[in-house]
Amino acid sequence: MTSDQPPRVELVGISKAFAGVPALDRVDFTLHPGEVHALLGENGAGKSTLIKIMTGALAADAGEMRLDGRAVAVGSTAEARALGISTVYQEVNLVPTLSVARNVTLGREPRRFGLISWRAAREKARARLKRLSLEIDVERALGSFPVAVQQLVAIARALEEDSRVLVLDEPTASLDAQETRLLFRILRDLKAQGMAVVFISHFLDQVYEISDRISVLRNGRLVGSAATAALPQRELITLMLGRELERVEQRAAAAPKAAGAPVLAAEKLGRRRWIEPFDLVLRAGEAIGLAGLLGSGRTETAKLIFGAVRADSGRLTLDGAPLGHASPRRALRRGIAFCPEDRKAEGLVLDLSVRENILLALQTKRGWLRPLPRDEQRRLAEAMIEALGIATSDAEKPVGQLSGGNQQKVVLARALASKPRVLVLDEPTRGIDVGAHAEIVALVRRLCAEGLALLVASSELDEIVAVSDRVAVLRDRRIVGEIAGAEITRETIIELIAGG
Amino acid sequence: MRHLTWLGGAVAGGLMMLAGTQAFAVTIGFSQVGDEGDWRPAFSKDMQEEAKKEGIDLKFADAQGKQEEQLRAVRAFIAQQVDAIVIAPVVVTGWDQVLKEAKRAHIPVFLADRDVDVTDKSLYVTRISADFNLEGRLAGAWLAQASKGNCKIVELQGTTGSAPAIERHKGFETIIKEFPGMEIVKSQSGDFTTEGGKKVMEAFIKSTDNLKGICASFAHNDNMQLGAIQAMKEAGLNPGKDLLMVSVDYVPAMKKALAAGEANASVELRSAIGKYIYPVVLNYLKDKKPLPKWVVIPSDLHTAATPGS
Amino acid sequence: MSVNQTIEVAPAPRTLGTRLRGLAGHRAVWPLLALALILAVNGLVSPGFFSIRVVEGRFFGSTIDILYRAMPTAMVALGMAVVIGSKGIDLSVGAIIAICGATIAWRIHAGDPHVVVLLWALGAGLLCGLWNGALVALLGIQPIVATLVLMVSGRGIGLMINLIYGGTNPSFESPFLQSLSVGHVGLIPTRLLLGAASFAALWLLLRRTALGLFIEAVGGNARAADLAGIGSRLVTYSAYLISGLTAGWAGVILTADTHISDPVSQGLYIELDAILAVVIGGGSLAGGRIHLGMTVIGTLIIQALATLILTSGVPPEYNLVVKAVVVLAVLLLQSDDARAALTRRNRARGSLGGGSPGGGSPGGGSPKGGRRR
Ligand SMILES: Nc1ncnc2c1ncn2[C@@H]1O[C@H](COP(=O)(O)OP(=O)(O)OP(=O)(O)O)[C@@H](O)[C@H]1O
Ligand SMILES: [Mg+2]
Repeated sequence: MTSDQPPRVELVGISKAFAGVPALDRVDFTLHPGEVHALLGENGAGKSTLIKIMTGALAADAGEMRLDGRAVAVGSTAEARALGISTVYQEVNLVPTLSVARNVTLGREPRRFGLISWRAAREKARARLKRLSLEIDVERALGSFPVAVQQLVAIARALEEDSRVLVLDEPTASLDAQETRLLFRILRDLKAQGMAVVFISHFLDQVYEISDRISVLRNGRLVGSAATAALPQRELITLMLGRELERVEQRAAAAPKAAGAPVLAAEKLGRRRWIEPFDLVLRAGEAIGLAGLLGSGRTETAKLIFGAVRADSGRLTLDGAPLGHASPRRALRRGIAFCPEDRKAEGLVLDLSVRENILLALQTKRGWLRPLPRDEQRRLAEAMIEALGIATSDAEKPVGQLSGGNQQKVVLARALASKPRVLVLDEPTRGIDVGAHAEIVALVRRLCAEGLALLVASSELDEIVAVSDRVAVLRDRRIVGEIAGAEITRETIIELIAGG
Repeated sequence: MRHLTWLGGAVAGGLMMLAGTQAFAVTIGFSQVGDEGDWRPAFSKDMQEEAKKEGIDLKFADAQGKQEEQLRAVRAFIAQQVDAIVIAPVVVTGWDQVLKEAKRAHIPVFLADRDVDVTDKSLYVTRISADFNLEGRLAGAWLAQASKGNCKIVELQGTTGSAPAIERHKGFETIIKEFPGMEIVKSQSGDFTTEGGKKVMEAFIKSTDNLKGICASFAHNDNMQLGAIQAMKEAGLNPGKDLLMVSVDYVPAMKKALAAGEANASVELRSAIGKYIYPVVLNYLKDKKPLPKWVVIPSDLHTAATPGS
Repeated sequence: MSVNQTIEVAPAPRTLGTRLRGLAGHRAVWPLLALALILAVNGLVSPGFFSIRVVEGRFFGSTIDILYRAMPTAMVALGMAVVIGSKGIDLSVGAIIAICGATIAWRIHAGDPHVVVLLWALGAGLLCGLWNGALVALLGIQPIVATLVLMVSGRGIGLMINLIYGGTNPSFESPFLQSLSVGHVGLIPTRLLLGAASFAALWLLLRRTALGLFIEAVGGNARAADLAGIGSRLVTYSAYLISGLTAGWAGVILTADTHISDPVSQGLYIELDAILAVVIGGGSLAGGRIHLGMTVIGTLIIQALATLILTSGVPPEYNLVVKAVVVLAVLLLQSDDARAALTRRNRARGSLGGGSPGGGSPGGGSPKGGRRR
């Protein structure tokens, strides 16, 4: 960390514009061996863009990059890897149709006599995943696993022995506490061995736990860089947002509202090898949290309730009347909206514009023959962009060109735009920055107060605690407990999860 | 694989047995390409009718455009020890092996219509077919006479690279070369289709300022010429009068066009060629006298004046 | 909703000028430039190319011809654009044309009123779309394979229809159908008016209902579309129906043009021209976008090129090569990547010394290669 040796990576005066719109403006960034350097900033600040330039996925318009004091030009991700730079990109960027083992070893397959040795590849993959305590069938297609597992696989892939730089773009966005702890243990080991790590996250607690140094980007400019110990959280947030954040109080401690009438009720709803039959009642004006570890069945429960997947036992009733067999289309028409956890695979149509993506659910609700008039579409999109603070140059920009957090906001915006009575959210704030996060929590609570029935599945306990009036805790694909009101704290939830 | 071939042969053979219960003097196996277009079915029908007239036991096999099918049929003929085999080949190559088998069984093979490409020409007796080159020359000769050796010509070629297109073009050229006043000024491929002929003629009309100075249209087949006639009419021109229209095939629609004076001449591509093929085969079976490798079926040119056949 | 509603948009707001430039730079400019270039060469090669006269009571000239000839291909290409937008492909359009042609000849010989014959033909096209849609949307067969079935068998079906009444390559006379194809209203060829009307109808169907958006959503990400409540099957199905219908319409125009049903060669390889038109018009075979207007421009480019080849006096042996070269040039011209690669290479030559050892193994780094959105 001391600088008698040159920095591992030095970026000087990096600029980058997309179609004339600047995303980075003369950014300097220095990374030393043996340090974990956190790169922070709001959604759309330019973090991902900067690391994409560093790792050869994008070419800078201007600026220079030095590796161990030597100027280098990284023309592609393959070149970056050859230089010892390993990366986990924000959007899990692997091949979903290939097996886990192939994904882990892709491009670096172990060879015997010049031919790929699949057995060795599987072994290598298993060993890597073991370090992350992940024991899964490495021959199954990657796409068949949930996002969190995919994210772990991506991390496993990046843990090359001969790497000198490890770049992690929101690696913990869909991990829960346990996996995160494991990851941090590995990072500390690597750090001790002299690895230089770039760590991007919106979880400030994690940043303070692991990082040695923090650099902050705002609107594409570097606005500050300091040792972590020397930068109090409040100051950091101000630096990121350019203003102070009035901390939204943990859970509006307001008196527990009189919960309204049951709207959507699951009776013995279940699906084999998916989730054990469960009962759950969603009431108007009430927010229910779904908590549980990775693989405990949060997503499964949410999908079953929305009707994205058909149940094979039990039934759903809406206002007391059975819903018949479920489908997303039917659910939407009845006023149930859903926000899937995997925004890239299940949420967004990346080539369509922000406006069109926001419009989709509302439009299906209206049916194809009654298109929303063009200026109403525009008004709706503008309103949503405004309400959720989506950073985009305009509503016609393809969603795929937004930053990760802003894409997530579009998924949310779509669900909200359909004006649902029941809203089912799965990891709704994955990758969303602190400012916007507080904003969204407030928004959701307000909608609840207006009579929305809400179900939130999240790996983030703080989020669950912040929004829920009631929490259902899952373990091993079954609901193992429910708590409400003042009982809802991190500790009680963790206790339930652990099987107390 | 071999097993399958055998099985196929047996099935084909069985079917053919059913066809010929009567005792005939001569048994001939005929392997036809398929039944696409107008010409080929007419050809098949004529072969069958002529066989009846000649008292030949004809074993007919339709290859449906596939060479495997054709090879299978020929092997079945060999197994049945027919007296002679007539093949209208699907493709040019890949014949050496099966023709050797026929030779070992002492069965003479005759080719109808298309040629084959074999290293040893003695594997077949002869090819009996019309001469595309001659058709071109006939058209050229008629045009030379009709225009008194003075004519600028637009040509509608067949599918580029196909044998009839190449030969009809060459034959036509050999004649008009003899006349300094004759010249092909525009030449394009209309792919042997009506649509193609129409498109090409439309373009010619535009690029030659309404066919100014052009005296004739030579089309490698009637379909294209019929398309050209439509294009001219739509442009307000008089085909058959403003331009001499000569083509090859003599299809029914062309007969009508000739009668209406919208076309002037068409060289007949005979489909009734059984009467040319069988005598060659029968004579050879009688005296085994070697034949030249190509027996040409004569071509006729029809004009509006020629009474329809 | 108060504190931080104004998460600022990082960059300065875009002016109208830059937006226009961005839009044009992406789509219309390059294909239009290519079209203009080919037309200009046409003008050089054949004098009088741009002159339009009145002959037989209608407009007459090479430019009219291009529109006139392009109309059936444009119809097919529009349907193809819709199918490609749904992340599919329809290889059977040529065969559908053959089937429609045969149907027309058959029904005319059967003595139906010619308006009814028209309905028969369009019905045949729709039926073909129904079949393709069933294979793709209901049975989940890959579009390329599913439509290959009809592509291969369709011409045979056409021949079989001909056999129903014993005709082979039957010609027919139908003043009504011919008036649609080769007739004219006032000075304007009827088929151009019909083409414009069909274009407008299709545009309304896609853009004045939500169907276009749904098809694009399904083509872009079927799973996401399903979760957004769009029944992706039905939407996919509709794309093949549209393609069947437009191909049928093209079949009517083409068959009435030559008034002969020729299942073996009618509309042969038109699927390739249609796909090409979509791609030249900026459509991606990966699906997710439908550009109707640009597809028509793509068709015009192809037709202008065909006319150029026919009139330029290039020997027919070179036709295909010339076409391929020009098409490739057009595609490169409008490919952002190709243009960027050129400039990048020039820049790289300046700065990239010997820094990178051997490039590593193929597909290293990120498995999707170097390019990310
Ligand atoms: N391919 C692209 N085309 C156009 N604009 C882009 C593209 N990629 C990124 N941008 C823009 O660049 C800006 C910075 O994006 P970037 O992804 O770097 O943000 P980020 O800091 O990583 O945000 P987040 O926290 O949401 O991940 C955004 O405004 C985004 O819209
Ligand atoms: Mg990012």
